Amino acid sequence: MAEIVAVVASTHHPFYYKASTAPPEERPPFADEWVSKIMSFRETLTTADPDVLVMVGSDHFHQLWLDNMPQFLVGRAPMYDANWYNEEREFGLPRMRFDGDLALSDHLLRNGLDQGFDLAFSNELRIDHSITCPIITLRPDADLPIVPVYTNIFAPPLPQPKRFVELGRAIRRMVESWESDLKVAIIGTGHLSLELGGPRQFGPHGPDPEFDARAIEWISKGDIGGALSEVTLDSLWTPGNATHGFMDFMLMMGVAGDDNPADYVDNLDLFHTMEAYFTWYPNGAPA
Amino acid sequence: MSTYLLNKFLFTVDRDPDLVERYREEPAETVAWWEQHMANKLLNCHGGEDSTWLAFDDDERTALIEHDYPTLFGMGAHPFLTLTLFIAMFERDYDEPLAFQKEYAQKLSHFSLPYPDITT
Repeated sequence: MAEIVAVVASTHHPFYYKASTAPPEERPPFADEWVSKIMSFRETLTTADPDVLVMVGSDHFHQLWLDNMPQFLVGRAPMYDANWYNEEREFGLPRMRFDGDLALSDHLLRNGLDQGFDLAFSNELRIDHSITCPIITLRPDADLPIVPVYTNIFAPPLPQPKRFVELGRAIRRMVESWESDLKVAIIGTGHLSLELGGPRQFGPHGPDPEFDARAIEWISKGDIGGALSEVTLDSLWTPGNATHGFMDFMLMMGVAGDDNPADYVDNLDLFHTMEAYFTWYPNGAPA
Repeated sequence: MSTYLLNKFLFTVDRDPDLVERYREEPAETVAWWEQHMANKLLNCHGGEDSTWLAFDDDERTALIEHDYPTLFGMGAHPFLTLTLFIAMFERDYDEPLAFQKEYAQKLSHFSLPYPDITT
């Protein structure tokens, strides 16, 4: 059976690429600390030495649109082009391309459908920065095949938080039952408190530092019960109008397991948002 | 009122470099053209399968023509779509990094929770 060698959850900040690659005179003052933290975070995946990556993210109205909006979607394609014109325009993100893994896509789709998740699929999926940002931070050579899993955290009506947790648990079971000798890392990105296009955007910190502190504690302890007892679709509007992206962190907590503390925890207080980085090793830390 | 149609305008303009510039420079002309030719276009389908029922209310049309993003926020247009398109059009007019984004927040400062519903 396949082995899950790492479970990784993080924020996805589209400005990292530009901040880390700009010439020294154009780099923002926080860039060096940010790069340093990303280098440490990257090492947690590098040492796990995965063969294939399951990538959980959310399309930002790029390919998925309101005339036909899936709640959960699995990519099933031999290749994935990545990043869009408006991401090049606003964030300076590069065009990228990844190999897919059709066998793992098929396994997730068949078993997901059989386990009660009516997953949509796509045979031609251009992925966006929710997935390319963690590739840039964690695996910049982009040399591993991926299976994208998209969630709707963006266009109400949304699935309930508990559904994200349940899908995460199911993805864990499904990967562990995959008849393969490959080593799999499951990587997902979301948000802590975040405001986009609202009055609290682009402040000196994230819009709700208290929520961010509680969220980091829930994730780092694997406290799924605590998170589910406080987080609802209604409550997530309060920390910031884009905070429903926290449900992708909840999905990743489902992957990592109940009350399973993260093996690696770090965060960085930036303007506009709190960055946070977590890694679990289901079978123990790599030697 | 059609929050969906507002979003469809923002979505289709934002993903087209020529339309972004056209909407910046000639908003009234762009909105009129878009409502006539794009509002009822079923995306990815030929014209024979256009929808038949989508139109802006007068206040929606006016808000788009006037680049009035606070009013669009109040109408429940998706904040991500509005922000992304307006950054593309107007960030270039500001000298300091993030100055447009901060002014944008300030111009929405009269809104408090709960924000306008963005469900479509």
